[in-house]
Amino acid sequence: MKNRKIRFTAAGLSTVIVLGSLSGTVAFAGDSTSIVNVSYDPTRELYEQYNEIFKEHWKEQTGQDLEITQSHGGSGKQALEVANGLEADVVTLALEYDVKAVEEAGLIEEGWIDEFPLDSSPYTSTIVFLVREGNPKDIQDWDDLVKEDVGVITPNPKTSGGARWNYLAAWAYADQLYGGDEDQIKDFIKKLYENVLVLDSGARGATTSFVENGQGDVLIAWENEAYLSVQDYPDDYEIITPSISILAQPSVAVVDSVVDKRGTREVATEYLNYLYSDEAQRIAGDNFYRPSNEEILKEYADVFNLDINLVTIADFGGWTEAQETHFADGGVFDQIYEQ
Amino acid sequence: MKKKRVIPGFGLSLGITLTMLSIIVLIPLASLVVFTARMEWKDIIATITRGRVLSSFYVSFLTAFVASVINAVMGMVLAWVLVRYDFPGKRLMDGMIELPFALPTAVAGMSLTFLTTDNGWIGSFFAKFGIHIAYTRIGITVALIFIGIPFVIRSVQPVLEKLDPAYEEAAGVLGASRFTIFWKVIFPEVKPALFAGFGLAFGRCLGEYGSVVFIAGNKPYYTEITPLIIMSELQEYDYSSATAIALVMLITAFLILFINNMIQARNTRILTGGR
Repeated sequence: MKNRKIRFTAAGLSTVIVLGSLSGTVAFAGDSTSIVNVSYDPTRELYEQYNEIFKEHWKEQTGQDLEITQSHGGSGKQALEVANGLEADVVTLALEYDVKAVEEAGLIEEGWIDEFPLDSSPYTSTIVFLVREGNPKDIQDWDDLVKEDVGVITPNPKTSGGARWNYLAAWAYADQLYGGDEDQIKDFIKKLYENVLVLDSGARGATTSFVENGQGDVLIAWENEAYLSVQDYPDDYEIITPSISILAQPSVAVVDSVVDKRGTREVATEYLNYLYSDEAQRIAGDNFYRPSNEEILKEYADVFNLDINLVTIADFGGWTEAQETHFADGGVFDQIYEQ
Repeated sequence: MKKKRVIPGFGLSLGITLTMLSIIVLIPLASLVVFTARMEWKDIIATITRGRVLSSFYVSFLTAFVASVINAVMGMVLAWVLVRYDFPGKRLMDGMIELPFALPTAVAGMSLTFLTTDNGWIGSFFAKFGIHIAYTRIGITVALIFIGIPFVIRSVQPVLEKLDPAYEEAAGVLGASRFTIFWKVIFPEVKPALFAGFGLAFGRCLGEYGSVVFIAGNKPYYTEITPLIIMSELQEYDYSSATAIALVMLITAFLILFINNMIQARNTRILTGGR
């Protein structure tokens, strides 16, 4: 009888342990704490390094040991998971629109975009071209991408948040070229996407198609991703910076409802604030993100082309409008594929 | 009056069955319906009859069907070889059949793409004849064949193993040709399992996303599969459109599998003399 009781207790205990570890939120009392940062794919290396220096910084300030859990994946998918209840203290996603989705789920309070400096984007990037060694098709600017014999690789803006920047950068170029004539701009974009050989579902997939599978002549890519490819294969690829591009601003935010529940607001806020410190800005620069601090950005003048003409999402009326006009069902992107 | 059953434990086991079925299958499916029900009829119709969605249905069903037919034929041959012949490496080969189950589908998709692009090992051979595999519907079919083949083999294999060679011998003694023996003696026995394997493979192929997105190229109206459309709806946080499209797929798949089962049941009835 006693034996049986013990067995039940053991079973009950192990259930508790299993459930606890499954939910992943076993809180540590005392002088250690933990936060979860839900981010998108190409920030893996950046946050690996940043987390190390932030742990030290936090220990110095408070004497607390900090444990940081990272999660990476497609930006939109990550936002969905947080909105559906994945407990993240902070989100560091590819675009404002994805953070907004978490806001709309009621987890982040309105006005988060002004909570941290510079629209809550501690680092930025832009859209550039990656071409094969020697640039055999002589691609210099966006108008070279609509030439008949050029094969373009870019992910699908409907499935990839990052790829929306690619599309908008092309639009910005055509907008300037045709002085805002919408029919001509649409025609340009249509021709551009007719040259797209593979419309991958995500940015990493597109890089694979271009780099590993040898598809196409030019990959439209985030600057940081392009530099990573060149770093891996210095003899095989070159980066071409177009005359005009877009300032890609990945957004960061504290997930209010989670930090209030877990009591981690202070550390979560400091975690994002410290991204603006000189040290963290240099880590961003070393990982080929453009530091948002102008002074530090200048230190990287030999890496980044700082003369590029950058439009911002505000020129498209903000993300909500850009999304409605271009990427929603029946939007411009659907129209250019209509037969 | 309550009918007494011969085997005890019917109530308990049926209870467990229903609970399990509800938690794992019915409740998630019901939530699909609930999500979709937030839309009005005309919106649902408008969503699922958009050109791109319709063409994705066509692509998904066509490639899944072709892949499953090929799998049914090739799976039958493979199972036959594995059951009837002895050769070195047979055990190893038998074990390899399940690999497509275990391999993450994205890895499968990436490696198949790598092999079948116009400059890949296999793709370059076919490219000489003007056949392009990766980034076409053929590519999608290839990925689905990879994903679906274990279902057919594992369904057919046990039936073939149990098949008594005495029937074939008897048929041979009575003067039947090899073809007749296969067609009249072996095939009818295997047919239900083959259909079941086909159905499983088909169902699995319809929903396959991970491997296909890498090899498909995802060109609208050409190689865009329905699961990808669903993903892009989710990306726009448009749950109801996503679930509406998913529901159409689900209902169609269910009908096909149901008809498949009906045919099988009918066959069994005929075989067992209408009992």
